[in-house]
Amino acid sequence: MTQDYKAPRLTLPVGERDHFEGPPDAPLVLLEYGDYQCPYCGAAYPIIKKVQTDLGERLRFVFRNFPITNSHPQAQWAAETAEAAAAQGRFWEMHDYLYENQPSLGDEAFFERFERKIKLDPTKLRRDVAQRVHSARIQEDYMSGIRSGVNGTPTFFINGLRYDGYPEFGPLVSALREAEKASGRS
Amino acid sequence: MPGTGGDRKPTILKPGSKAPDFTLKSTPDQSVSLRDFQGRPVVIAFYPADWSPVCSDQMGLYAQVMPEFKKFNAEVLGISVDGIWTHLAFAKDRRLNFPLLSDFEPKGAVSKAYGAYEAHVGESARALFVLDQKGIIRWSFLSPDGVNPGADGILSALEKLG
Repeated sequence: MTQDYKAPRLTLPVGERDHFEGPPDAPLVLLEYGDYQCPYCGAAYPIIKKVQTDLGERLRFVFRNFPITNSHPQAQWAAETAEAAAAQGRFWEMHDYLYENQPSLGDEAFFERFERKIKLDPTKLRRDVAQRVHSARIQEDYMSGIRSGVNGTPTFFINGLRYDGYPEFGPLVSALREAEKASGRS
Repeated sequence: MPGTGGDRKPTILKPGSKAPDFTLKSTPDQSVSLRDFQGRPVVIAFYPADWSPVCSDQMGLYAQVMPEFKKFNAEVLGISVDGIWTHLAFAKDRRLNFPLLSDFEPKGAVSKAYGAYEAHVGESARALFVLDQKGIIRWSFLSPDGVNPGADGILSALEKLG
């Protein structure tokens, strides 16, 4: 090779603006740039849950938007819906609900179902989505992804370095454990 | 001299060299030459093949990022050894807004000229080049096997052109 390859680094560090699960001081941070309509992100969803269960308090999981709008017509709507739910303190419930119901994205009846499942003000949510109140935040996520070397969805960063392995449970957990050793906090 | 060298890894052209001119088909009855873009920055993305099974493969990603490339008045060219009909179908499916050029006949000739040909598989390597307005290579990058290099390196290189 004509140069040493170094995985790209996250350009926008994890901070106050982010949606995360797990302790803020966890030694491991797994960040996903995802698209709610992407089938590969849909496949990764249960794997991440499993990784979170496996690593418990040692892991903080962060999600940022990377909607591939030119292939996924509902991706922007889904991202707006999740961010509107976040404004009512229900981000993770909606994030999970969207991934668990990927085939229903864009379905009017989908709204009926979530109102029963997630406690929030549906009128405010629908208004936020219709007026694209959170589109600037989604664009900020997206551009931070582009600048950090996001190359498709899902793209993962482990402690700020892009993960280039398979998005399967085994390889992800191995890479996370390696990162933990490398940080000297295992 | 660019080429595949003694080992299997391509040796891509480095910054400072003049980008070799070429003329390749972009549709069955149209050709594109590098010299057509004199006076503008050019991004050349060599890649192995159309139709890789991921959401937003590299070419789809560049189509999404195009508004950012346009800020620099840059032209983007995608090059692989796929035939022109595959390119047309792929470009339509991914809604590509830049030309895909067919380095088909002679196979891989332009890729070889840039040191971006993987002879043992008969495909272009994933190699990126950013050319300035005078056609000089100002940044080049060879991505490891299987890694989609994304757009960050390209954007940083375009910013540095000034």
